[in-house]
Amino acid sequence: MEWFRPRQDIPFMRHALWFNAVSIVTFMAAVLFLVLRGLNLSIEFTGGTLVEVRASQTVSPEVVRTTLAQAGLREAQVQNFGSARDLLIRLPHLGDGESAQASERVQALLAQVPEVDFEVRRVEFVGPQVGKELATNGLMALAFVILGIVAYLAMRFEWRFAVSAIVANLHDVVIILGVFAAFQLEFSLSVLAAVLAVLGYSVNETVIIFDRVREVFRKRRAKMDTPAVLDHAITATMSRTIITHASTLAMVVTILLFGGETLRNFALALTIGIVFGIYSSIFVSSALVMWFGVRREDLVKPPKQKEEAVV
Amino acid sequence: MNRYPLWKNLLIAFVLLLGAIYAAPNLFGEIPAVQITPARAGAPFDPYALAARLEPKLSEAGLAHQGFLYDPGALRIRFADTETQIQAKDLIESELNPDPAKPEVIVALNLLPGTPEWLARLGAKPMYLGLDLRGGVHFLLEVDMEGAVTKRLDAIAADLRSLMRSERVRHQGISRSGKLIEARFADEPSAEAARRIITRNMPDLVVDILPQGEAVRLVARLTPAAEQTIREYALKQNITTLHNRINELGVAEPVIQQQGAERIVVQLPGVQDVAKAKDILGRTATLEVRLVDDTPGALEEALAGRIPPGTELLYERNGRPILVKKDVVLTGERLTDAQPGFDGQTGEPAVHLTLDSAGSRIFRDVTRENVGKRMAILLIERGQAEVVTAPVIRTEISGGRVQISGAMTVEEARDIALLLRAGSLAAPMRIVEERTVGPSLGKENIERGVTATLWGFVVIAVFIISYYQLIGFYSVVALAANLMLLVALLSLLQATLTLPGIAAMALTLGMAIDANVLINERIREELRAGVSPQMAIATGYERAFATILDSNVTTLIAGLALLVFGSGPVRGFAVVHCLGILSSMFSAILVSRMLVNFTYGGKKRIAHLSIG
Repeated sequence: MEWFRPRQDIPFMRHALWFNAVSIVTFMAAVLFLVLRGLNLSIEFTGGTLVEVRASQTVSPEVVRTTLAQAGLREAQVQNFGSARDLLIRLPHLGDGESAQASERVQALLAQVPEVDFEVRRVEFVGPQVGKELATNGLMALAFVILGIVAYLAMRFEWRFAVSAIVANLHDVVIILGVFAAFQLEFSLSVLAAVLAVLGYSVNETVIIFDRVREVFRKRRAKMDTPAVLDHAITATMSRTIITHASTLAMVVTILLFGGETLRNFALALTIGIVFGIYSSIFVSSALVMWFGVRREDLVKPPKQKEEAVV
Repeated sequence: MNRYPLWKNLLIAFVLLLGAIYAAPNLFGEIPAVQITPARAGAPFDPYALAARLEPKLSEAGLAHQGFLYDPGALRIRFADTETQIQAKDLIESELNPDPAKPEVIVALNLLPGTPEWLARLGAKPMYLGLDLRGGVHFLLEVDMEGAVTKRLDAIAADLRSLMRSERVRHQGISRSGKLIEARFADEPSAEAARRIITRNMPDLVVDILPQGEAVRLVARLTPAAEQTIREYALKQNITTLHNRINELGVAEPVIQQQGAERIVVQLPGVQDVAKAKDILGRTATLEVRLVDDTPGALEEALAGRIPPGTELLYERNGRPILVKKDVVLTGERLTDAQPGFDGQTGEPAVHLTLDSAGSRIFRDVTRENVGKRMAILLIERGQAEVVTAPVIRTEISGGRVQISGAMTVEEARDIALLLRAGSLAAPMRIVEERTVGPSLGKENIERGVTATLWGFVVIAVFIISYYQLIGFYSVVALAANLMLLVALLSLLQATLTLPGIAAMALTLGMAIDANVLINERIREELRAGVSPQMAIATGYERAFATILDSNVTTLIAGLALLVFGSGPVRGFAVVHCLGILSSMFSAILVSRMLVNFTYGGKKRIAHLSIG
């Protein structure tokens, strides 16, 4: 079986402008959502309490909300989690001393809901200080990944490749965040982990194309301009790109389908990241390399000319 | 061409064999067990004697067990099913702890790995599951370091007052304000005298004298080193205290660890009653020193139910009754340190106590008046008093250094010192993070994670085999080897496996196939260019290697960042992710190549390379 066997190089670079226009529009939309709606940060970042309960029978979140509100927990958010019997209750940080007891308070109040018994399945409490640290550490991790990748690529290739790769992949990250903002999906620590994993993973894609670019530059002394080389590199790696991503995507989608509610957003972030990762590696990073004006000489060091002494 | 030397094949086979051995324990599941540990650190505990005592009781009740496991500090009994386990626990509990208010041992339900003996002897253990997979409570506690420092400064201020009194230096008041101790004096000479006394007696303080109108103000603060010591000591003591308290909860494998400079992580697998756990963690215990009533006949009277007025009937740790006076000589607040050591003259194991100066004075007076009598040191928790030790006072003890010795082993001395230190928390703590996962959710999480991974694997396998045929099959075998090696590594390192960790395992498998896809595509490309099959295999692997390396390095950078900056669930993800990348380098390149070599290597001509 062989699905991709283009006879000629596909002229991706000729349409680079169009592809990038699509990219820019998506990117802007993502930024817009991020600015207008903001991320729905989980309590891990904001501090607060989360209680997951399973009811003995179907219970409307509204009933639970009113029960909690009547007892003074007006800011409690209650929503279904996976099934009609599973509920997720979120409380913002209540001030020192009170917060650590919040989950006990919720449990006591739930016991008052008539005719329904609740089994507590999960409690998470994060103090505001810890939340701030987790947020800072998350940003530090992001910075570390960006710098690390840029440094590595600059060393292995050239700085223009490094910059192109990171710009293309950060654009994926912004798009993932944009989707989370647009649909107000919860952005938790594990989603952050997924985002960083995707960043490392889609840089692969770029690296593989760049590897090929360098190889072609080295091998073919014939006149082949940069866009042609890029087209050739992308076409040659096309099959691998599709097969690999199809495999990874298959894995991620099974996590999305079978991994349960806890892993849902994590798998979703990976799915979006992988899909956009292909797009941005092929169209965005390669086009950037072209526009940065990379030439053969930048990658292939000219052999040192031997200076022969004249006797 | 395309043949590995024998040593390389053997090496790969050896690594795979090791992987299989260390991954194997994960297949055997867990066996329900009852775990018995001493209620107090240092109490006499003989697992063999205990087993001999329990054996007939269990068989009498018709509860068949599957063997005893002996540890110096624990006895574990395995059972066939959870029902027998629970019945046995109740039986053992009533047998060993006749008085529930005064437990002698902690009896806890536990799950032991069902690893066969020969595997266990090789050090093979199943993966260590995180709390989100097995259920339990995780607390992050923050020690109030400012509290610890000010508490110490208050004690120092009190010491200063009594020091000034005994040295006859007149002052106009000594008090603590913030992190400073201020003393006011009427004139310069007395302030200077005070400074000399402080420098001589309290090396932890830095003293400044500031003239203030008529009067003179003396300001003392802690040296940075001293403050650091107080912080470290506070953290260490709080951890010790937590150890002792958690011991009581009967948790099978508690984790109590320092995290950073002022935080403590407490993980209690299997604990459901969070409220009780919080109560026990936050409780305070106190230490008291009282005199023993050794009036002849008084103890017998008390045992007969007629307790003499002003006394209390208590028990020593070995169960011996003792009659103690109700008047408290000293409380634990006067104790600044307790360390195990040896008696300077006899060389016997001993515990050295250090009292603050007010405590020292009281102690000197009391010991002078009671030479030849016994003095009891009590630990009071939840209103329950227990006599830790009751030594005879031999001479007057001054200077605040007290030694408890006589009839104790080195280990007992260490435990008593620990108990005395751990009696109360050095500084208040508060919970800054809590995660509780119910056992049903934990089980569901495992099932879901495993289902997702297996289905994902099947989908990839079917796809890759149908696309690349025989070579594709080898790629899938390499992927399976990768999964096995990853599980083996995680089991060997005993890294905590969390739900995000399982997700990382699935994701890593999805990414690891990339290496084989790269290789296979490269081989096809070479074939298309008209290269002979043998040559195509060789160059395919060779050329793909640089690319695989590059792409794995970038993924590894992201993984490392998560490992360094991540916490909790994210770290679980990162560990698996990083290890998975490393193991995939081995399996994707070497294992698949070995298989391809076995099939095609050495043949003169290959009519058809089965690569789709």
